[in-house]
Amino acid sequence: MSPRTLRQQEGRAGLALISPTLVITLVVVVLPLLWAIMLAFQDVRLINIRRAGLFGRYTLENFVYVVSEPGFWTSLVNTLVYTVAGSALSIAIGLVAALALRDRFRGRTLVRASILIPYVAPVVAVAFLWETMLNPQYGIVNTWLREPIAFLTQARGEFLGVQVPVALLTVIAFEAWRYFPFAFLFILARLQALPAELDEAAVVDGATPTQRFRYVILPQLWRIIALLSVLRFVFTFTKFDDVYLLTGGGAGTEVVSVRVYNFLTARDDIGASAAQAIVLAVFLVVFLTFYLRFFGGGGDERGGNEQG
Amino acid sequence: MSGGEMSRDRFERGLLRVLKPLVILVLFVMTAFPFLYMVMLSVRDIQELILEPGSLWPRAFTLDTYVDVLTRQGFLTFLRNSAIVAVASVACTLLISIPGAYAVARLRFFGRRQVHFLFLAVYLFPAIVLAIPLFVLFTMLGLRGSLLGLIAVYIAQTVPVTVYMLRNYFETVPRSVEEAAAIDGCTRLSTIWRVVLPLSKPALMATGLYAFMIAWNEFLFALLFLVDKRESWTVSLGLSQLAGSIEVPTTVLMAGSVVLTLPIVIVFFASERLLTEGLTAGAEKG
Repeated sequence: MSPRTLRQQEGRAGLALISPTLVITLVVVVLPLLWAIMLAFQDVRLINIRRAGLFGRYTLENFVYVVSEPGFWTSLVNTLVYTVAGSALSIAIGLVAALALRDRFRGRTLVRASILIPYVAPVVAVAFLWETMLNPQYGIVNTWLREPIAFLTQARGEFLGVQVPVALLTVIAFEAWRYFPFAFLFILARLQALPAELDEAAVVDGATPTQRFRYVILPQLWRIIALLSVLRFVFTFTKFDDVYLLTGGGAGTEVVSVRVYNFLTARDDIGASAAQAIVLAVFLVVFLTFYLRFFGGGGDERGGNEQG
Repeated sequence: MSGGEMSRDRFERGLLRVLKPLVILVLFVMTAFPFLYMVMLSVRDIQELILEPGSLWPRAFTLDTYVDVLTRQGFLTFLRNSAIVAVASVACTLLISIPGAYAVARLRFFGRRQVHFLFLAVYLFPAIVLAIPLFVLFTMLGLRGSLLGLIAVYIAQTVPVTVYMLRNYFETVPRSVEEAAAIDGCTRLSTIWRVVLPLSKPALMATGLYAFMIAWNEFLFALLFLVDKRESWTVSLGLSQLAGSIEVPTTVLMAGSVVLTLPIVIVFFASERLLTEGLTAGAEKG
């Protein structure tokens, strides 16, 4: 055997060092994912799982069953509304917060710290906190209102004469409140990395604050906003915790991930549960492709020179 | 000619001068108030809350809520479980991601470029899809109710991100320092141990804290794997399960919320700068 070259040694060492990472992702993420896809094409319940092996009977029944249930399409629409509104609101508030906290002022550290808490705190704690604050009997928010509103258990309500989905809006508000710090952090980091000269030049040229924002600052933020939109969309679209903890999927807030969970545990229908999860993932990929096709290119052009 | 422009400028500046403090105030109240409310509810009796739901300041302070939640409701056990899960996750995550990040940062090996794609995929991958096969697998293996399986899932979910965070930092360690160590007779592993790690302390801290926060806050997998076995509940799971029952008073549960939230807030603010820089730097490029 010829002695190994340095390059070969390096290659071997590299593989050896990365292998624990690869093994754990393979065992806990990649293989289960493949199995999930297989489960979606089999008629399996926890009771008969041992019989449904690798070469079990494959069928499309789960998918047919799942998409023929009207509840599925309602939950998909809910998921989309929840995701788009929640992402957009959290990014918009995050942008406003980043602009407001861009310059130094007394107490900025305190305000900044306060802003980050909703994002950092455990979701179970903040969901319980919202539930308590919004409780119709003893919640503090309802003591401020003339008539108590069952924010989390009421599907429809009237606001200024218009029918509104109360619980869904509340869940969206929660989403915006909890995740705007995420957008805030990213946008603030970008804002503080912007060269000051451009802004100063605009001041010298007599641009008003809104003009400077519109023509100087915002164009430099498109890239990070586009990235945030993708990230928030991906995370929110498949999010389970928030809706499950706030409403349990009731009052017109059922999203697909909660349905997946209910099929898995309450109905013990693993196949249908997996089929819905796969359909959800496919829709996610479709929406993302759609988004990148229409906005990704534009965002790149506008922000191409500020990579990194 | 510029009179109109000037006045528009002055008007906007004036408006901003008023608006900005207002926006800051709203943001502060909207984020701080709920947590103030949480603490205030946790130190009063449930009777007081029912009688005066609108008052923020309790008439009589009590810490009985904390005693109740920690002992009678079993939060001491939940805290122990959460601590075990979080500490084990942090230790294993670091143990696995340090060599991995070093390899990606420094060594040329087959598949090095593809590794990034894998990490991004795991980072963006929906947990709910993964939940199904893992739930089935753990049921078959009889691992439901054991903390071990939960730890494995948390490690797998954090390792891709932490490898990424650490890699960014390792790349800033000058190669010449490592080469000097190699000339002094250090093997590759001892170079990592003696040279690279001591230089990367901030990044290691940030990575560890990230793993800690994920493990401490996580809910879905804890719910799926542990719900049948009360003595294995984590704090998050315990609070969510007790919140559904009517026997436990809300103020006692608020004490539980404080117990759940406080460690993470302390950990976060002790290391905030490290953590936010690590996270935003990592994702800005991704």
